[in-house]
Amino acid sequence: MKESAAAIVARGVAAGYGSRSIWADATFSIPAGSFTAILGPNGAGKSTLIRLILGQIPAVAGQLEVLGEPPRRGNPKIGYIPQASIFDPELSIRGRDFVGLGIDGHRWGVRLADREQVSAAVDASIAAVGAGDYADRQLGRLSGGEQQRLLLAQALVGQPTLLLMDEPLSHLDVRNQATIVQLISQIARRRRLTVLLIAHDVNPLLPHIDQVLYIAQGKLAMGRPVDIITSEALSEIYSASVEVLKDRLGRVFVVGLEEEVSHPHA
Amino acid sequence: MPDLTQLFHYDFMVHAFEAGTIVAIVAGAIGYFVVLRGSAFAAHALSHIGFAGATGAVVLALNPIIGLLAFTIGAGVAIGALGNRLRGRDVTIGIVLAWALGLGVLFISLYRGYATEAYALLFGQILGINTGDVVATLVAGILTLVALVAVYRPLLFSSVDEDVASARGVPVTGLSIGFMAILAVAVTEAVQVVGVLLIFALIVTPAAIAIRFSSRPPVAILLGIALALAFTWLGLAIAFYSPHPVSFFITTLAFATYVAVRLAEPIRERLRRRSAAATAV
Repeated sequence: MKESAAAIVARGVAAGYGSRSIWADATFSIPAGSFTAILGPNGAGKSTLIRLILGQIPAVAGQLEVLGEPPRRGNPKIGYIPQASIFDPELSIRGRDFVGLGIDGHRWGVRLADREQVSAAVDASIAAVGAGDYADRQLGRLSGGEQQRLLLAQALVGQPTLLLMDEPLSHLDVRNQATIVQLISQIARRRRLTVLLIAHDVNPLLPHIDQVLYIAQGKLAMGRPVDIITSEALSEIYSASVEVLKDRLGRVFVVGLEEEVSHPHA
Repeated sequence: MPDLTQLFHYDFMVHAFEAGTIVAIVAGAIGYFVVLRGSAFAAHALSHIGFAGATGAVVLALNPIIGLLAFTIGAGVAIGALGNRLRGRDVTIGIVLAWALGLGVLFISLYRGYATEAYALLFGQILGINTGDVVATLVAGILTLVALVAVYRPLLFSSVDEDVASARGVPVTGLSIGFMAILAVAVTEAVQVVGVLLIFALIVTPAAIAIRFSSRPPVAILLGIALALAFTWLGLAIAFYSPHPVSFFITTLAFATYVAVRLAEPIRERLRRRSAAATAV
């Protein structure tokens, strides 16, 4: 066991495509078992960070360590839910079959051996996210919240230690957002999972997250939500006049890091 | 009641049943993935682009199947490399398709007097199949099925969710190209039975019906195969006792079944609700 239980360590990492730089000089460490919200305006490079961690694109500069090794594609210890995962209603596959692909979908051929183990693991994962009632129905015909639970079951079925989610809440209404976040948080705590979740609106996450990773204007900043999401901290980090507003219900809104005001999906 | 033993009295009918059976199994199986991946138009385009290759081969005094295979595989690999998500992919494919048909017309005009050859390519020539063709179809059929089984899981994974599959290390672009190459071979086989223009009826329609009955992939695939077999066998049998072409009966059976299934859907849905309500009470 390593002494510093960090799931992800970045030292001077820069990201970009070709000659276009997206952000640079990112140095941070994400403790194992922690829940991190990745925030920032559209196009700031939040998904790019996920793609770096997944090993889908290389870092332009610096060093990135994911679960104690350089990022590599197909790392089975990483569970992933991509952005805008809403399935075509005609997509003819059951939720259960989709979850099963999380175990051996990357293997060649057809499933011959281990059918019972796979089926037991799939059942367990479906039960863990509470999707038992509709796992046998066609995936595309389910509601956004139901699909999101099955995506989660699929990401978790291989027993990963790191869970990456790109805007898993964006298609959900406020109530479903709260339930899904609660579910993710519970499962993560029980399994000591490290969770990185990209969100457009931090509010449903605030009760559950340990830290936020803010990405804007080519820079990354990490810290506890109370330290980072303040007018002073964000203004200083981004040398701009950034305002953090609070409404009557205690919801926070960040203004000034993008051209237009950021609208949470409320 | 006509004497059904007559069906197998002639060699040409036996060959037609043999080749038709092989093609139906391959078409029914690959059709599931064509529908799942939303590649129906690509499948259609492959056959049309293949037409240019086939007529070109006729001009060069080669076997049209060789030209067909070369063009469908070339086009398949190119379409596969475009990827599944590229916006405007269908427009690009359509542009190439139109040009390929234009080439086909040129090749036909260059080879005056062989309009029957072109007609057979366009609408199928299953009653003109010899033993050699059957063996070639069998070999190609086994190859396509073995290839499909080999890529089954990662192909299913990348067809359902390309992003997650890619993150799990599935070579999604390679699979996309590989799948289109397999499809190219399947299309080439199916052209013998239903021709370039009617390929949809064997590759897309059975699968499109099957997925309305089951969203379990293996069940949908087997059902697609069963439907493709039924359309082919029935079509051949009916055509034997009638003066009309086989392709007409196969496509009509496929179309009629699809329409009937879609029309019956509201009724099936109501029955399902009623039985669900009954079990809930």
